[in-house]
Amino acid sequence: MTRDYPDEPADKFPRPPRTVTDREGRDVELLAADASDHDGVLEMYLSFDPADRAQGIPPAREAAIEDWLDTILGEDTLNVVAVHEGSVVGHATLVPDRHGEHELAIFVLQPFQGAGIGTNLVQTLLGLAQSRGLEKVWLTVERWNDPAVALYKKVGFETTGAESFEIEMSIRL
Amino acid sequence: MDILLGVGGSELSYHALEETIDRAQATGDTLTVAVFDNEEISDDADEILARVEETLAESDFDATIRRLEGDSPGSELVSLAESEGFDRIVLGGGERSTLGKIQLGSIVEFVLLNSQTPVTLIR
Repeated sequence: MTRDYPDEPADKFPRPPRTVTDREGRDVELLAADASDHDGVLEMYLSFDPADRAQGIPPAREAAIEDWLDTILGEDTLNVVAVHEGSVVGHATLVPDRHGEHELAIFVLQPFQGAGIGTNLVQTLLGLAQSRGLEKVWLTVERWNDPAVALYKKVGFETTGAESFEIEMSIRL
Repeated sequence: MDILLGVGGSELSYHALEETIDRAQATGDTLTVAVFDNEEISDDADEILARVEETLAESDFDATIRRLEGDSPGSELVSLAESEGFDRIVLGGGERSTLGKIQLGSIVEFVLLNSQTPVTLIR
């Protein structure tokens, strides 16, 4: 399977660490994360609203979340967390696929949604990816998830597949 | 019940075959396995057929095997179920990416959206 990517690379994205103020006036730190941040990330997913799950992730049970975190915080992955007052409130991850390209996913705790944190998280993760020399990033999103689709478009993702339940989007770094 | 199981050669489709045999052995359902080429999978129909026969033999279970021709297996499956009065279509699907997101393949999606026959998706 070959995935389509935009011809032109995206502009330069900001890199972690950064501090941004969200639209609710909350200060949020955006920090590169890895397996050593497991506990804080687990805490966030344990309090995740099941209604905000998408395409089977995050998993519901703690044991399944642990397995999943082993994958997405594992070797060759890139991660950025959004931290407010010491707690992880958002997480974006890039996981290598079988073709040496990277799949992106992002989650923001419900009380912190709609305040610009997701956009900053994705931009900062892509900045981290640029600093590591990654070139091809893709994602899928449920076609009815308008806020997510709008976010990805704003950041610079282009739609490469829209004939199925999930829209596929990609960006060249 | 008369069950029509579609097998296109993905690991999930073989998993669905095993689950369906187990269930049919418990319930006494009759099973027809429709084998087709899935363009997203490298196994061709002959290889799939051989594996289906092997799995049935190992389970000591009799099923009718059919080959679906044509380049729209989803459509063939739906038509077959309707024209021959099957009670249920069963498919395996919902592959996860490395990251963990579930995606439905185009054949599963076609059958879910277009079938008049009840569909069971085994993940």
